Amino acid sequence: MSYDTVVVGAGLAGLTAALRLSERGQRVLVVARGVGATHLAPATVDVLGYLGDTQVASPAASVPVLISSSPNHPYAHVPAEQLETSLEWFCTKTAALGYAGNLDENLLLPTALGVPKPSALAPRSMSGGDLRAGGRFVFVGLKGFKDFHPTLIADNLNHARLPNPIEARALELVPPSSRRGDLSGRVIAGGFDTEDLIDWLAGALEDRVDPDERIGVPAVLGLRSGDATWQELEKRLQRKVFEVATLPPSVPGIRLSDVLSSALRTAGARIVLGVRAVGARAKGGRIEAVEVVNATGTVSYPVSSVVLASGGFASGGLELDSFGATRETVFGLPLIGLPNTDRVRFAPHYFDAQPLATAGVATDDQLRPVDASGSPVYENLHAAGAILGGATPWKEKSGTGTSVATGYAAAEAILTPAPTPVSEAVR
Amino acid sequence: MNSLIRDSLDHCVKCTICETYCPVSQVTPLFPGPKYIGPQAERYRGAGPPADSSVDYCSGCGICTQVCPHDVKIAEINSRARAKLWEKRGVPLRNQMIARPTVIGRLGTPVAPLANWALHNRAVRGLVQSVVGIHRDAPMPSFAGRTFQSRARRHRGPAGAPAVVYFHGCGTNYYEPLVGEMVVAVLEHNGFRVIVPPQDCCGLPLQSNGNFPAARTYVRRLVDRLVPHARAGLPIVSNSTSCGLMLKREAHEILGIEDDDLKLVSESMYDLCEFLLHLHDRGELRTDFMSLPMTVPYHAPCQQRGHGIGKPALDLLALVPDLHMIELDVDCCGIAGTYGLKKEKYEISMAVGERLFKEVTATGSDLAACDSETCRWQITHGTGVKSVHPIELLYRAYGLDRRTRAGSVSPELQTARVSG
Ligand code: SF4
Ligand code: SF4
Ligand code: SF4
Repeated sequence: MSYDTVVVGAGLAGLTAALRLSERGQRVLVVARGVGATHLAPATVDVLGYLGDTQVASPAASVPVLISSSPNHPYAHVPAEQLETSLEWFCTKTAALGYAGNLDENLLLPTALGVPKPSALAPRSMSGGDLRAGGRFVFVGLKGFKDFHPTLIADNLNHARLPNPIEARALELVPPSSRRGDLSGRVIAGGFDTEDLIDWLAGALEDRVDPDERIGVPAVLGLRSGDATWQELEKRLQRKVFEVATLPPSVPGIRLSDVLSSALRTAGARIVLGVRAVGARAKGGRIEAVEVVNATGTVSYPVSSVVLASGGFASGGLELDSFGATRETVFGLPLIGLPNTDRVRFAPHYFDAQPLATAGVATDDQLRPVDASGSPVYENLHAAGAILGGATPWKEKSGTGTSVATGYAAAEAILTPAPTPVSEAVR
Repeated sequence: MNSLIRDSLDHCVKCTICETYCPVSQVTPLFPGPKYIGPQAERYRGAGPPADSSVDYCSGCGICTQVCPHDVKIAEINSRARAKLWEKRGVPLRNQMIARPTVIGRLGTPVAPLANWALHNRAVRGLVQSVVGIHRDAPMPSFAGRTFQSRARRHRGPAGAPAVVYFHGCGTNYYEPLVGEMVVAVLEHNGFRVIVPPQDCCGLPLQSNGNFPAARTYVRRLVDRLVPHARAGLPIVSNSTSCGLMLKREAHEILGIEDDDLKLVSESMYDLCEFLLHLHDRGELRTDFMSLPMTVPYHAPCQQRGHGIGKPALDLLALVPDLHMIELDVDCCGIAGTYGLKKEKYEISMAVGERLFKEVTATGSDLAACDSETCRWQITHGTGVKSVHPIELLYRAYGLDRRTRAGSVSPELQTARVSG
């Protein structure tokens, strides 16, 4: 089968690029070793949370500052208005999850460890946890569910530096007898989809929460029914309820991946997991086919364009071998952000500035990976998401925002290529 | 043994992604899930068998391996642990039986009416459940009476045409010979001469029931039958997704067979729809399709997805005018080969399949399509909706069910109408 575009990677960046392309009529194939990091992240869209050590209140105001100080940052290659367009587009595509928020001000949501984290967008089932206004909060745990610790969250938040004072406490509920034991978030969420766990939860909370308390529950209110369950719960309790991220697996992350994947299927794209893109057949500076290893061996898919969204070190898009060499694992692209000496690869403390922190591919303004001279390696190869160098997403809190913005921008670059400047020779 | 499988456990980053997809651990507390039973437990397993038997509740569907972003061969690790478990305890008679479809097929075929009566008789099935351990309600196919092999022997294909080799598997041979005839008819319609070598089981059921030595014997024998054709450069096609995958990958990866003949055969193997789609890519597939105005839900079985070839059935059927296929978005039907037949696993397998059953029913169609035979039987069992191999839709779209081409198809097939 021939495809217009092959997207390598099924994380947020890959799914975003693939969906944008297929809804505009392209035949798209997504190939990936497995599902992406969506399943580990809390499904918020974090555009920019920190500039250095300063918390960012408005990503719209701070992204330009970031770009001027880090000209290699992926955002520097996303056309200014496209950051906003991409988020608006994202919200329409994920309407079933009802994303709330905007680029002008960050929400401040509690993480699974009770750290306030700035995010531009969050599913509306989570956005009620915004800590900025202060107030009283109760965090509800379930006995036997080891991936959510309400006391830890409440304690940490009571000690956190916040714009307005808050008062947080923990409450532990004992699940109904049919649901006791070693619980996983995925299984509880399945319970909300198929059974009347909501009756139990609403009943158990009714008398134990004060009228002025906001109720934080683990983000397990259903895989398919999450948003509906959340709405119903608020209605029944007549209180503000919000889901809080749990330790992985992340149910909101799975919901996001499911919504995007199913939109992709509807748009006619094909997703193949458990295979490995291993290289390209190229001619005259263009990729003619992507080579993929499946059950039989290597097959090649002829293409017009390629989006590389294979992730960073954590997802296997980048690899550091035991001799200190770093490589991009699919096409062997040139990398930036590598330390000069191969002896110092790690700083002694985990949270120190790590020498390899900004490693990744550099691109031009069409998100095409470039070589040291700044020219595109392949005319029709674009990159998106964590494979891009020049950023420290875990410090900046910019990972998911980068994925959506660059996934979208890569698709746009394919759909409407910038006019190629007429070269000297032709003139 | 192939230590690459075991070594892959070191790639596990405990991300829990496999846990969120395992269809079995979602419906039963008896199975702790792929991460625990796979990479985590394997680390502590010595040369001996696993300390507890929960690994036996892994259905071997392979979904965990497909979704793991770090190439951990979870299902394969489980499969080997299961084999060690049964090596120690001895494979129960029930598992020995259902793992040998050729033996059952040979016993049942000559006495098909009697065998079918027994297979579908409540009292007999009750007895079989208590004595043998096959659940009384588990979906059982009917013996066709005349095997596909015997039909194929009498069939004369077009001489001189380019040849393709057909590995039909036991399901087609004993239970669904008409599917085999449709495969032949569609390939011949596209100008091929179809070679049907004598063949036995590929050994997959033995492998999934933990009897690796016997599985190796079967797969070697099959490879011996197929390799001369592979050497002659002929493509081998199979309409059985699991058997095809066995030859493509599992015999090597799970059974650890390292030999050139197997390698050659596996490189020549194509899933039937994959093969037809390649023809289309080269502009060689006939597209004289008639209109089939119907809506049919399609389920890509786990084993089909294990091929890593996308969903060629959907790409092919998209060529048929007015045929609207609905791509179902559910991972597993629950049967997983012989898993759902076992009395202690039947309920689990039905619980796993529930979502798929609901989605099939929700389409309101009275026909579903799926590439794998056991999954088709399970879908029909769970929904009452007739399920066919995609080839049946192509066969019908080519109008082959109406065309009388004397001698090219058996009389039964000429009168067989695809329901829908
Ligand atoms: S998906 Fe792979 S890496 Fe993640 S926990 Fe499972 S085996 Fe480990
Ligand atoms: S093979 Fe299937 S049943 Fe077994 S652990 Fe993996 S996903 Fe679960
Ligand atoms: S797996 Fe295939 S070849 Fe093997 S027994 Fe089943 S039908 Fe026969």
